[in-house]
Amino acid sequence: MAFEQIIFYFFSAMVLLAGVMVITARNPVYAALFLVMAFFSSSALWLLLEAEFLAITLVLVYVGAVMVLFLFVVMMLDINLVALREGFMRYLPVGALVAISVIAMMTMVVGPEFADFPIPERKGPEYNNTAELGRILYTEYVYPFELAAVILVVAIVAAIALTLRRRPMVRKQNPDQQVSVRKEERVRIVKMDVEKR
Amino acid sequence: MIEFISSLGLPAAVETVVIILVKAVAILAPLLLAVAYYTFAERKVLNYFQARVGPLHIGPRGLLTPIADAIKMLFKEIIIPTGANRFLFLLAPLLAFGPAIAAWAVIPFDYDLYATDINAALLYVLALTSFSVYGIIIAGWASNSKYPFLGAMRSAAQVVSYELAMGFALVGVIMAGQSLNLREIVIAQQGGIWMWFWLPLLPLFVIYFISGLAETNRPPFDLAEGESEIVAGYQVEYSGISFGLFFMAEYANMILISLLTSLMFLGGWLSPFEGIPNLEEWFAWVPGVVWLLLKTAFFMLLFLWVRATFPRYRYDQLMRLGWKVLIPITIAWLVILGGAIVAEVGPWFD
Repeated sequence: MAFEQIIFYFFSAMVLLAGVMVITARNPVYAALFLVMAFFSSSALWLLLEAEFLAITLVLVYVGAVMVLFLFVVMMLDINLVALREGFMRYLPVGALVAISVIAMMTMVVGPEFADFPIPERKGPEYNNTAELGRILYTEYVYPFELAAVILVVAIVAAIALTLRRRPMVRKQNPDQQVSVRKEERVRIVKMDVEKR
Repeated sequence: MIEFISSLGLPAAVETVVIILVKAVAILAPLLLAVAYYTFAERKVLNYFQARVGPLHIGPRGLLTPIADAIKMLFKEIIIPTGANRFLFLLAPLLAFGPAIAAWAVIPFDYDLYATDINAALLYVLALTSFSVYGIIIAGWASNSKYPFLGAMRSAAQVVSYELAMGFALVGVIMAGQSLNLREIVIAQQGGIWMWFWLPLLPLFVIYFISGLAETNRPPFDLAEGESEIVAGYQVEYSGISFGLFFMAEYANMILISLLTSLMFLGGWLSPFEGIPNLEEWFAWVPGVVWLLLKTAFFMLLFLWVRATFPRYRYDQLMRLGWKVLIPITIAWLVILGGAIVAEVGPWFD
């Protein structure tokens, strides 16, 4: 068990360190990269809990897709973080209030019942977290799950509808037309007799 | 080998580490050799396509060319541009190379020949291939130069788009194989060449390979490099072995995609003659890993063949192909596949 504890404390420290660095890093690109590091470390912690599906999905979705787009934007925008920090002291009380209420809520949700939560038992190598998750999601929680899917679709449609704008003056290529071009429309083959020099 | 290590009587923790190291070397050494000779094969194959002879002079028939290339790269100076972000500039090649190598940990080579056998192997591979784009993005940004940055931006958008098509194609494989475990997916394809997933999943098979071309930034989707417009894209400022790592990562990824395609759609280590009288017995002595490598070699050749044949896509065409052609086809086929599995359409899903 000792080795596992070392790994646990190592990655917990990494999560905390990366989390602090996300806020304090001067360079926004560094901040985004530290966020990636935090995702990786928490995924390692989930692996320790035998939740391999969640761990890998965290890397796949957040690191592989969300943070790539995030970095994309951060790199292009050239944000000046010093200017963003100017009102730090002024907003500090509000921030502290939000932090305290979040901590209070979390203790209310997970606190009393789980204060002496027993250490979860190892399930052994045959345990398949992915299959278990799938079984529960598609049987017991199938309606909430489908509902979440519908909400996501609505959000996607709304996001696309918000960015959709028609620009009538823009010339566009129509790839279907381009692809369906026939030789006869473009090429004229001219037959000529060979001329004497 | 493992028995030999256990017979040494090392402490348990040391023994575990030694066994892991031996496994890693057993996979990495052939892989790096394959990468080196894949670059050589690419030059030769492309040259034959164009009626030229290719590298000839170093070693017999030019066979030592990749070794000479490796030595040249190792001894060249690494130049760091003045305006570059030094730390990230040097980190980027490692971020490109690391995932390309780490993904190999979960690949099964035969029924009982694998380094690790994890439940979510397919997801693991997908996560790591999606991570390899970080090397390119960071390289483009850290170079602090215009062409690398343009290359990085192109690559980021391209990889995220094609990852969706690739992921959907993999969902089809998972549905047909009823597992996320690569070994179980191959085992589910048992029963001869018509049982392999290339037939019931034909559109997904083609789309997976096309997305594989785009994920590895290979022609005709190599807009991240695009030498006729942005010189060499994200690699412009890199020299010596820091460039070499990008180069090796690209080829390792190509081999990985070829291997995964043959594992998921062409029955992996299963013999193509299974279920055919006579032929099956004649070829029964061939070890499974040989079949797997033959199938992989075919897809590796296909990578080069595509490069020799097709011109580069325009960027808007690339995006259109990914979002408007490949993704709708995969989604439609997933619905059909789901129906086929529920209806137990034979001979694959009964």
